Amino acid sequence: MRLVLTQYSAAVVLLVVLIILFGLYLSWTATRLDRLHVRLDAARVALDAQLLRRSTAVLELARSGLLDPATALILASGARAAEIAPEEEREAAESALTRDVRAAFEDPAQGEHVRAHPELLDELGKGMRRVQLARRFHNESVRAVRQLRGHRLVRAFRLAGRAPNKPSFEIDDEPPASFAR
Amino acid sequence: MRIGIVCPYSWDVPGGVQFHIRDLAEYLLKLGHEVSVLAAADEDTVLPSYVQSAGRAIPVPYNGSVARLSFGFLSAARVRRWIHDGDFEVLHVHEPGTPSLSLLACWAASGPIVATFHTANPRSRAMLAGAPIVASAMEKINARIAVSEYARRTLVEHLGGDAVVIPNGVDVGYFSALRPRPEWQTPRGQEEDGGTLGFVGRFGEPRKGLSVLLEALPAIVEARPRTRLLVAGRGEPEEVLRTVPARVRGNIEFLGMVSDEDKGRLFQSVDVYCAPNTGGESFGIILVEAMSGGAPVLASDLDAFSLVLEGGAAGAMFPNGDAAALAREALALLGDPARRRALRAAESEAVRKYDWSVVASDILSVYEMVTESTARVTARVTAENGGSR
Repeated sequence: MRLVLTQYSAAVVLLVVLIILFGLYLSWTATRLDRLHVRLDAARVALDAQLLRRSTAVLELARSGLLDPATALILASGARAAEIAPEEEREAAESALTRDVRAAFEDPAQGEHVRAHPELLDELGKGMRRVQLARRFHNESVRAVRQLRGHRLVRAFRLAGRAPNKPSFEIDDEPPASFAR
Repeated sequence: MRIGIVCPYSWDVPGGVQFHIRDLAEYLLKLGHEVSVLAAADEDTVLPSYVQSAGRAIPVPYNGSVARLSFGFLSAARVRRWIHDGDFEVLHVHEPGTPSLSLLACWAASGPIVATFHTANPRSRAMLAGAPIVASAMEKINARIAVSEYARRTLVEHLGGDAVVIPNGVDVGYFSALRPRPEWQTPRGQEEDGGTLGFVGRFGEPRKGLSVLLEALPAIVEARPRTRLLVAGRGEPEEVLRTVPARVRGNIEFLGMVSDEDKGRLFQSVDVYCAPNTGGESFGIILVEAMSGGAPVLASDLDAFSLVLEGGAAGAMFPNGDAAALAREALALLGDPARRRALRAAESEAVRKYDWSVVASDILSVYEMVTESTARVTARVTAENGGSR
């Protein structure tokens, strides 16, 4: 059978091509969104790991016997509170821990007392820096997901599915000035 | 750790990004990591063993100047091959916003990707046109690093999103351990009416600002007739001398291209290192080097410079392009040995955070963080490659 390309069938072909292209675009966007969700999950895992590492470093320092008992008690309870805080109180507890550490090491002379085990202070310094880094990366991922999810097509075609919209993690993570290198 | 680093610019051409990548790669190798750098290079270039060539870069007009870049399917295939063969744990791309190997690598790879942004540019309309293309490759990046607060601001304005600031590294110990060269120092007995100013850079480029310094020179020479200006770097001395009044020509010495060692010894020798750059600087690595070498610094008040000089606490500044102010500040410094000593002390404090030991440990922290929760780097197989998805 000979194919006769009338004006009508040309329009149909064009329409079909457009629908296919649109479908490809949607599927590409869905892939992007999926990738961003995976990236965000990874960033959250990394952030949790760094927060745990930081509180562990604080606990070790508190239990080392190198600090005065009052400082040690403040640090130990701050670290423990951060570790066991339920999700909705997490940010407040981690911020409080940062402030405890800042209060404890505001005076550079405090660092002198832990001279015998410099690796403890070093680990805490690293832990605090890594929390800062991990939090930036996490919040950047949150922003990227939000931006794409806010896209008109993504909302209209529900490309995000049932994945919940995750909030950014906002805490005070500024290390004490005496930790600056 | 197995680390793949992608250099966006041609390895043959000296530049800040290339030097940063070279020093980072060598520092990481010294720590016992496996490092492979992918860079464009001409066929006859002798490359260090850790650099792999992705072919030569082609000069194209891009964003207002001619850039030597790599692009096209052949480059893309080479990038994919390198990623596949390297089996990296982390991929570190530099300047992924430019049409370069770095963008190709982001496009071709999946897995943990770290990106460093070096440039500080005003927002340009032409670059905005490419933003959506860059954005989707950028979405794969797990961790973004900016080399300065200024570069970070540029990134936020151009592409949105945030980055952590980890500065460029300098081998502070190398520069601080070098000895001065007596012929570059102010001779004994000339401390009252002389002094030595230093300048390093491709002085033919207007943005390096040598013209501002030359404009200031007659006033400086008038007050201190035996002042010498030592200019190191590539360029045409005759062209420069033509723009200077005849009476101060004898006060200028051109040293030509100098080795890293001589550059460091120059910093050790001069009384004031002058950086009159008029713009286009995102970091100012040369300032950190000069400060490591113990040269009191006098620089234009660019945002990037002001950050390095800690707002004037670790070096003197003058309003950008203002030759009269430069002359005034230079004379004040030359006439005040106590202030120069104080600046040297402040500098050696200020540069500690730029030492490779600190910078590389921060970068390694970022690597560890992104690898902790993400799988290996793999090359995406695409239709153009002959494979299927």
